Amino acid sequence: MSALRPPALLDRSPLLKATVGSRGNLTLSVAVLLLAALALPPMLRWLLLDATFIGTAESCKAASGACWAFIGEKLKFVVLGFYPQDQAPRAYAAIGLLIGLVGLSAIPRLWSRWLAAAWVAGLVAVLWLLGGGGPLAPVPTDKWGGLPVTLLLSLGSFILAFPLAILLALARRSKLGGVRLYAVLLIETVRGVPFIAILYASTLLFPLMLPAGAAIDKFARAAVALSIFVAAYLAEIVRAGLQAVPRGQSEAAASLGLTHWQTLRLIVLPQALKEVIAPIVNLAVGIFQDTTLVAIIGMFDLLNAARAAATDPQWIGFYAEAYVFVAAVYFVFCFAAARYSLWLERHLRTP
Amino acid sequence: MSFHFGLGQGLRAAAVAVAVSGAFLGAAKAGPTLDAIQQRGLIKVGVGTSPGFFAPDSNGKWQGFFVDFGRALAVTVFNDPDKVEFTSSSPQQRLPALQAGEFDILLSGVTQTITRAFKLGFHFGPVIFYDGQGILVSKSLGVEKAADLDGATIGVQSGTTGELNIADFFRKTGKKYTPVVIEDSKEFLAALESGRVDALTQDSSDLAIRRGLLAKPDDYVVLPERLSKEPLVPAVRAGDDRWLEIVNWTVYATIQAEEFGITQANVDEFLKSEDPSIKRFLGVDASLGEAIGLDPKFAYNIIKAVGNYGEIFDRNIGPKTPVGFERGYNQLWTKGGLLYSPPFR
Repeated sequence: MSALRPPALLDRSPLLKATVGSRGNLTLSVAVLLLAALALPPMLRWLLLDATFIGTAESCKAASGACWAFIGEKLKFVVLGFYPQDQAPRAYAAIGLLIGLVGLSAIPRLWSRWLAAAWVAGLVAVLWLLGGGGPLAPVPTDKWGGLPVTLLLSLGSFILAFPLAILLALARRSKLGGVRLYAVLLIETVRGVPFIAILYASTLLFPLMLPAGAAIDKFARAAVALSIFVAAYLAEIVRAGLQAVPRGQSEAAASLGLTHWQTLRLIVLPQALKEVIAPIVNLAVGIFQDTTLVAIIGMFDLLNAARAAATDPQWIGFYAEAYVFVAAVYFVFCFAAARYSLWLERHLRTP
Repeated sequence: MSFHFGLGQGLRAAAVAVAVSGAFLGAAKAGPTLDAIQQRGLIKVGVGTSPGFFAPDSNGKWQGFFVDFGRALAVTVFNDPDKVEFTSSSPQQRLPALQAGEFDILLSGVTQTITRAFKLGFHFGPVIFYDGQGILVSKSLGVEKAADLDGATIGVQSGTTGELNIADFFRKTGKKYTPVVIEDSKEFLAALESGRVDALTQDSSDLAIRRGLLAKPDDYVVLPERLSKEPLVPAVRAGDDRWLEIVNWTVYATIQAEEFGITQANVDEFLKSEDPSIKRFLGVDASLGEAIGLDPKFAYNIIKAVGNYGEIFDRNIGPKTPVGFERGYNQLWTKGGLLYSPPFR
C-alpha cells in the first residue's frame, strides 16, 4: 500500500522530486514561479502580443510592442552588412558552406586527415565566394559584413590557431630552454593584454610599421590578431590536456618502438585533446562572441550591422529589436555548441 | 624599333609635363593623397553612424548629410557620385586611422579645435555643420527662443559639459532656472515626456535625434540658439594642398549654389542665365575651370548629382525628416546664418 503514497510518487518522478521534493526545493520553485509570473506577461506582451510583425515604421511607433517589421525590413542588411546585395547568393553560399563544415566536423566517424583537408579547401572556397575572382565579381573585404564575417572570423581563427596552439603547448613543455622561453613569452604576453588592445595594434600601429605603400588588408590583420589571441588561450588548454595524460602512456609507446612524434600524434595528443573538449568548446563559444569586438575597428559583424540598421532615419531607434534578434541568433549557435560538447563527452568516454 | 619610338615619346611627354608643371609652380600641387585617389579611382571616406548624418539604408547603401558631401567630392574628382567608399569609424579610432592613411578624408563630424590643428597635423575644410549645445522644449510652453525661458526646469545629463554651459547661459540672460541632473540616458526623454522637466539640454544634433525617439515628436522643438560651439568640419591629412582645396571648393559650391538659388531641379535652366558670375560658376564660361585645372562644369555636376547645401540638409536632417533639424546657424549668411562661400572667380 505504501507504493501509492505521495513520497513514492516523488521517488518515481525525478522532476517532481527536484522541484517540490524538499522544503528548500519547494521554496525555490515557488520563488521562481512568482518571478516568472511577474516578468513573463510584460515580456510576452512586448515580444508577441503587442508586437508589429508586418507594417511600417509609423505603425510600429503607434504600437506598444516590439517592431519585428523592422527586422523583416533590415534582415538582409543585418545578415550581410555592406556586402553588395546583388551578390547576396554568394554570401549565403559561404554561410551554408561554413555551417556545413561545422556539421560534418561534429560527426566523430568523419574525423580524419580528409576532414582537415576539407576545412582548408572549404575556407579557401569561402574566401573565394566572398572575395570573388575568376567569374565572380571582386568584393573588397571592407564590404564584407554580417553573419559571414562573424562565422569566418571565429571559425577561421580557430582553425588557424589550432596547429599554432599545439606547437605552443608542446614548446612550453619542451626540454629546450630557448623554445620554452619563447613559448612562455608569447603566451603570457598575449594573455596579459586585452583583445581590444591587440585589435587596435593590428589596425592602427601595424600599418605605421610597414614600409610606405605596403598595405595588408584590415580583415586579414583582424583575423591574424584574433588567431594569435585564440592560440595563446588554446595552448594553455592543450597543455592542461597533455599534463593529464599519464606518463605510462608515452613510456608504453616508446617500448613498442614508436618514435617521439609518432607517440605524440597517435598516443598522447588524441588522449590529451579528448580530456579538454569541454574547455575548448567553452573557449570557442567565448571567441564566437568576442568577434563582436571587431566593431570597434569599423567592421560590420552581425552585432554591429544590427546596431547600424537602427540608425536609418526611416527606421530610427529600434535598438531593442535589433539586439534581441542578434541575441537569439547567437543563442542558437552557442546552445547548439554546448549541447554538442555534452554529447561528445559522453560519446568519447572510455571506461 | 617601336620600343625606341615609345621611349622617345615618353621622354617628350615627360619634358612637356615638366614644362607644364613649371608653369603652375606656386599653385596648389597634387600631393600624395590626391595621387593615391586618382590611382585608386576611388575616394576613401571615414564616417560615423548616426541617424540622418551617416547611416546605411535597407539596401546597405550609405545615406546621410555627411555622406552626400562625400558623393559631391567624388563628383568633383571623377564626375561620378559613386566613386567613393564610406567606412564607419569609431570616434576614438577615426583620427589615428586618418593619420595611418586608411582614409583620404574624415566626414564623420569632427569638431575643429586649435589642438587638432597644431598638434595632430590635420587640415580642416570649411564648416559644413554648426553644431552646439541646444535646448529641446515642449511646444506647449510657447517659447520661441532660449532667452524667453524663465523659471524653467531643465534636464541636463550628468557627466557632460552641458551643465556648465547652461549655467553660464542663464547667468548671462539673468533669468532663473532649475537644473535637474539626470543619470540615465533612458530617463532623459522620459523626464520630458512625463513633464518632470520643461526642457532638456544637450548637443543639438543629439537632441534632434532623440526628439525623433519621442512618442509625439511634433509636440517638441529644438530652440535655435546654441550654447556652445561645435563646428563640424571635413578633416584631411596635412601635406596635400590641392586635395584640401578640392574639399574646400566642393563644399563652397553647394553653398554658393543655394545662394544663387540653383537647385538640382532647375540647374539646367540656369545654364541659360546671362549673369556672368553664374556663367562662371556653372562652367558655361569655361575659363575659370581651365585656370584652376578642374572640370569647368564641376559645380554644375555636383548640383546635378546631390543638390545644393539646402537640399542636402533638407533631404537628410531637415524639418520634414524624422531627425527634424531646423537650419539655425546652418543657414546662408544672407538669411541670418553662418554659411558663406568665397567668390567663384
